[in-house]
Amino acid sequence: MVVGRSDEADDDRRFRALADATRRDIIRRTMTREYSVSELARQYPMSFAAVQKHVAKLEQAGLVTKRREGREQLVRAEVDAVRRVRYLLDQLEAMWVDRIDRMGELLAQEKGDK
Amino acid sequence: MTTPIVEKDIDNATLTVTTEFDAPLEHVWQLFADPRKLEKWWGPPTYPATVHQHEFRPGGKVVYSMTGPEGDTHYGVWNVIAVDAPNSFEVEDAFADESGSPNPELPANVMRYEFTEADGRTRMRTVARYASPEALQQVLEMGMEEGMLQAMSQIDGVLAEIAAA
Repeated sequence: MVVGRSDEADDDRRFRALADATRRDIIRRTMTREYSVSELARQYPMSFAAVQKHVAKLEQAGLVTKRREGREQLVRAEVDAVRRVRYLLDQLEAMWVDRIDRMGELLAQEKGDK
Repeated sequence: MTTPIVEKDIDNATLTVTTEFDAPLEHVWQLFADPRKLEKWWGPPTYPATVHQHEFRPGGKVVYSMTGPEGDTHYGVWNVIAVDAPNSFEVEDAFADESGSPNPELPANVMRYEFTEADGRTRMRTVARYASPEALQQVLEMGMEEGMLQAMSQIDGVLAEIAAA
């Protein structure tokens, strides 16, 4: 898979949005179901406005979407975008696992040489 | 060899890998302490590594390069922070130029390796820590661009064939 420039800019925004514990927690919660902004605001020791700001950052990064229902704003994680971040991390995991495979091969060869 | 356990912690931009080798500790330690062995496993087959300088002691430098299929060469350096042979060591792994000077614009990661031996087998725990989730992201993007990471996931099959042969 070749990643274009725009994907990269998106990833950059996503990781920046994820570089905050509250925002990561919002993602975790909204992966399972929709939360209203006021419901989210009750989870954290901060003002409604502050939580709203976090949600806006996540929305800009494409990690959550918001919809209005009556007086409530409902927030839900964008599973594909979150998955993309996971995919990048999985690639890193693969790099380490492959290294360890090669180390194991070398050690096995040494054992065979004796 | 047991299947490695990988824990990814995006909160702390940390990756922890634990595995066990069917080999004595001294052999595992030599995979790092001997530059000719280190270069055999550090880079993937598509980006083989060459170790140019190898000062495996606190304050020392290990300078390496990796060359890709199109002749593209990427330098890296380990700034050695601590060595307690053969139990553990800690290095900062950074992108570098040919002289081994770290590139301050690109994110480095601190790697700590710990080894314990039991019944002729060696357990290895590796912790790689980046400065921030953004730093981690930057490294991931570069790997994608250079085709290094995707090449790595493709070699699984090749490795399985070697192991079966």
